[in-house]
Amino acid sequence: MARSEDYAPDGFLNEVIEATPGGDTLVTCLQCGTCGGSCPSGADMDDTPRRLFAMINAGMREEVLRSNTPWYCVTCYYCMTRCPKQIPITDLMYTLKRMAVREKLYDDRDAPDWSSSFVGFVESYGRSFEFGLATRYHLTHSPLRKVGVGPMALEMIAKDRMSLRPDKIKGVDQLRAILDTAKSLEGV
Amino acid sequence: MRYGYYPGCSLTNAARPYEISTRAIAGELGLAFDEVEDWNCCGATEYMSLNKTAAYALIGRNLALAAQSGMRELVAPCSACYLNLRKTDHYMKKYKPLGKVTNQALAAGGLHYEPGSLVVRHLLDVIVKDVGYDAISAKVTRPLTGLRVAPYYGCLIVRPDFNGGSSEDTEYPTHLDHLMEALGAEVVDFPLKTHCCGGHMTQISADTAYELIRRLLQNAAEYQADLLVTLCPMCQLNLDAYQSQVNRHFGTDFNLPILYFTQMIGLAMGLEPKELAIGQEIVSAASALRKIGTVEEIEETAQARRKRDDKSLPMPRIREG
Repeated sequence: MARSEDYAPDGFLNEVIEATPGGDTLVTCLQCGTCGGSCPSGADMDDTPRRLFAMINAGMREEVLRSNTPWYCVTCYYCMTRCPKQIPITDLMYTLKRMAVREKLYDDRDAPDWSSSFVGFVESYGRSFEFGLATRYHLTHSPLRKVGVGPMALEMIAKDRMSLRPDKIKGVDQLRAILDTAKSLEGV
Repeated sequence: MRYGYYPGCSLTNAARPYEISTRAIAGELGLAFDEVEDWNCCGATEYMSLNKTAAYALIGRNLALAAQSGMRELVAPCSACYLNLRKTDHYMKKYKPLGKVTNQALAAGGLHYEPGSLVVRHLLDVIVKDVGYDAISAKVTRPLTGLRVAPYYGCLIVRPDFNGGSSEDTEYPTHLDHLMEALGAEVVDFPLKTHCCGGHMTQISADTAYELIRRLLQNAAEYQADLLVTLCPMCQLNLDAYQSQVNRHFGTDFNLPILYFTQMIGLAMGLEPKELAIGQEIVSAASALRKIGTVEEIEETAQARRKRDDKSLPMPRIREG
């Protein structure tokens, strides 16, 4: 997995490294497979993390960004603590998700839509809003597959564990100014 | 002992029992919490998937507000909040450009955070280290004798141990085990104690999440646990609220109550179940708790709930007598 400066596919590899804190360790990947072997959701992934890293190294940009692998990452950090080269794998998965969203390279909309719906409420109120999320997201994403979700939500409401109204922080304007600036600094 | 306190969104909603029980035991344990004024969501695992700088700035606002009000140690009961706050503090220090750009964003709101100003800690760590097993043992008036408890840590308080400092193993920690022993409970060995509950996958790929939840329930059942004890709102929600869905999906009949460790401490200190929000779990803990003789109190709680003027759900009532 040696990386040479004149190898053209490096463009993608460098982009991934650049966007990830500690990402430069990616070039030290041994292809040992500890990550995939540790992954609780690995069985449902298109590619194991190990394979995905080899694909990044090979410059397979579109295949990598279309892979469902980052979207099936449960952020349990097993791979990251077990990696013999201390590669921040969970952070790399976040990077790949951001790149896929930016370039609209994903086949299943559910995971990106869930993240966007969640973030939308946070940007509006400064807090997450589970009832709003449940209604906005589930009614528009395969509601028929989720027959049990409705009764569960009612039970949560009855047990006083789900507010029907969002909590709003006082400093929403301040928070938005911070987030807008952050987005402009990241170039979105 | 005074601490800055960051409850996080879950503790105001799905994990309200965690908040209520934490507040209920704090005084008795000599802990005082000052809530961060006007804190915002930590972004969970969602914001980082869309925008890195905004995700760190979102978390940075909380750190800045806490540090600005003079706090030195910031306690988070939610594992995801704990991880995000601790990770941001650590990454802002370790990766200078990230620290710089995060502060540039915070400056737009008149804020600044100097990484390293706060020590971010999880509530469990504060309770076992600062209060200590012996002091807790000394307060036990209703030992949890005979109650078989599966101690479930989940992922984020043990992995990846950002900034070091934890003496616990990242895959087989024991501090929750020892705490439950200090309360008199019978702690079962629980091999999957740090395996993932599925996190947000219930929303994205239910099949993936249900399998992860099933493994945990199965493992606890195999070890004949009466209940499972957790310290994370996401784990509690997945194991408790989705348990009936998992049963439907796999044709199983798990019936495992999931309580917070703070509720267990309160029970052992002799508090009433209702003071600890016991009864708000979806899978009722009442029959498991019969072992320690709190059943009458729980029935009282249930009656009190039925009698209260519940404005949230207009349910038909059956006249008594």
